[in-house]
Amino acid sequence: MVVKKTKTKKKIDQDMLPVIANEIRRDIINMLFTAGSGHSGGSLGMADIFTSLYFAVLNHDPKKPNWDDRDRVFLSNGHICPVQYATLAHAGYFPTSELKTLRQLGSRLQGHPHHLDLPGVENSSGPLGQGISQAVGAALALRLDHKKNYVYCLMSDGELNEGQIWEAYMLAAKHKLNNLTAIIDRNNIQIDGYTENVMPLEPLADKFKAFGWHVLEVNGHNIPEIVNTLEESKVVYEKPVVIIAHTIPGKGISFMENKFEWHGKTPNKNERDLAIKELMNERRHYVSS
Amino acid sequence: MLVRNVYNEKTIKKIPTRNGYGDALVELGKRNKDIVVLTGDLTDSTRVNLFAEKFPDRFFEIGVAEQNMMGVAAGMALIGKVPFVSSYAVFNPGRNWDQLRVSVCYSQANVKIIGAHAGLSVGPDGATHQALEDIAITRCLPNLIVIVPCDVHETQKAIIAAAKITGPVYIRIAREATPVFTPENSPFKIGKADVLRKGHHITLVGCGPLLYEALQAANSLSKEGIEVEVINCHTIKPIDKKTLIDSAKKTEAVITIEEHQVHGGLGSAVAEVLSEHYPVPIKMIGVEDSFGESGDPEELLIKYGLHRSKIMETARKMLKSLMK
Repeated sequence: MVVKKTKTKKKIDQDMLPVIANEIRRDIINMLFTAGSGHSGGSLGMADIFTSLYFAVLNHDPKKPNWDDRDRVFLSNGHICPVQYATLAHAGYFPTSELKTLRQLGSRLQGHPHHLDLPGVENSSGPLGQGISQAVGAALALRLDHKKNYVYCLMSDGELNEGQIWEAYMLAAKHKLNNLTAIIDRNNIQIDGYTENVMPLEPLADKFKAFGWHVLEVNGHNIPEIVNTLEESKVVYEKPVVIIAHTIPGKGISFMENKFEWHGKTPNKNERDLAIKELMNERRHYVSS
Repeated sequence: MLVRNVYNEKTIKKIPTRNGYGDALVELGKRNKDIVVLTGDLTDSTRVNLFAEKFPDRFFEIGVAEQNMMGVAAGMALIGKVPFVSSYAVFNPGRNWDQLRVSVCYSQANVKIIGAHAGLSVGPDGATHQALEDIAITRCLPNLIVIVPCDVHETQKAIIAAAKITGPVYIRIAREATPVFTPENSPFKIGKADVLRKGHHITLVGCGPLLYEALQAANSLSKEGIEVEVINCHTIKPIDKKTLIDSAKKTEAVITIEEHQVHGGLGSAVAEVLSEHYPVPIKMIGVEDSFGESGDPEELLIKYGLHRSKIMETARKMLKSLMK
């Protein structure tokens, strides 16, 4: 299957989405192995959501990355950019051959994403908490221009420790930004350990509701469910929507899954080979079934 | 250029520079529908109330949340808006420097940052509200232009000029009514310093309303036979190297004056240029590594050594030591 030539959601058979996500995961593993530094857990955990967004939900055109009427995706936790880069490359924003340059001198694939470098990257991020404010600003500006585009903001759960997040959530609710959907990668880990030990977030859905948002929850690895939930978020007219996506950090690689040690670590050669083997086995399952 | 009655303190008009911001915004709002204004619960005191009344759809009350405000402005700029982010300089860029660095400067987002109530002359509010570090923390940021207008007319021009540039600009304004000593129609160019008064004994480089103290000091020193060249270095970054170097070559002695810490402000910026290109003795007048305190603006300027008498004394001493 030639995924990288595929441009828009209309041309993708939904049954193929897990195959694309699998391919993106293999690219993530290879990119991180070659780079020798970067964030494995969150990148692998968000592959199904990125795939669903870019291959089934977004109104976008990889050949016209600055098209005015495109939906906007803001990545707030920039450290999971390997999944963003791999997805954008597979969607056709830039050649997949460039993925191996991640984190190298002169590469457009910076260690944390820079929107001036790479087509399809809407914002520069790294320091946590900043993407959501930019997404709120973009949603306000688009509304001012009477545009119908949707704005998505991908965020991590550990990131919710930042006070700026809650400032932004209050503002979005004040303006009833129904063109804004935030997606929380609820993988329960952050650098120093489990989120509930580092800084408890629960009851998270109640917090968002209290802040004036419409809350949806989804299994972040069930692609049909993700697509349906994202579509559902578009028809909530009264409020901004937050989707709590329950994900498994390191998803797809047995020895990485649910281990916070893999948040900011990359595979060595042996681990890379094992990971690729697991993903190839999984691919065979999708393709034969 | 200076107004005719510049040295007559009885007749010179006094208007706060922040009024120039408010007036210029209304002008810009009429001309450009992409101008948007954000404030963090400081609508009247930053003078954006005038814009808010005329263009309510393009005015955004963000609440007391300066970090979010900077990020929201960056997001608006990415869609094509020209946001003016308005708060006190101690919060903006003081509170939201990380957002200024990454969401705005790194992204080259077209955001204009207005730091109001800057300097000791905020007065009674005291040290917490007297921004004395904002120039240092802005001029070190790549892609950011830094401007300190000297009076209400120059503030209007700086705001209009900033809106014409695509990219981030920081503009520092003040609360107090201060002398209006530049004409309404004099030219203003970002990055081009103005020689307000010519002299050959000493160069006095200043920025902001404090330049009026420099002018009065220069006028008095002239009566003692000391001719001071006064330069309005309104753009701290990019700094006008040529004007500074040319003047230093003529006078061989430079004094800087600013309502800011001596560490990292205008004086440091001038020293960086001259030490590399034309080293001459430099004396920096500013706040000497301390916080401010409550008091009347006038009292504070005297106590912290930013008054004309301090400038005159510094100039005399400097000349004396150089003649040895």
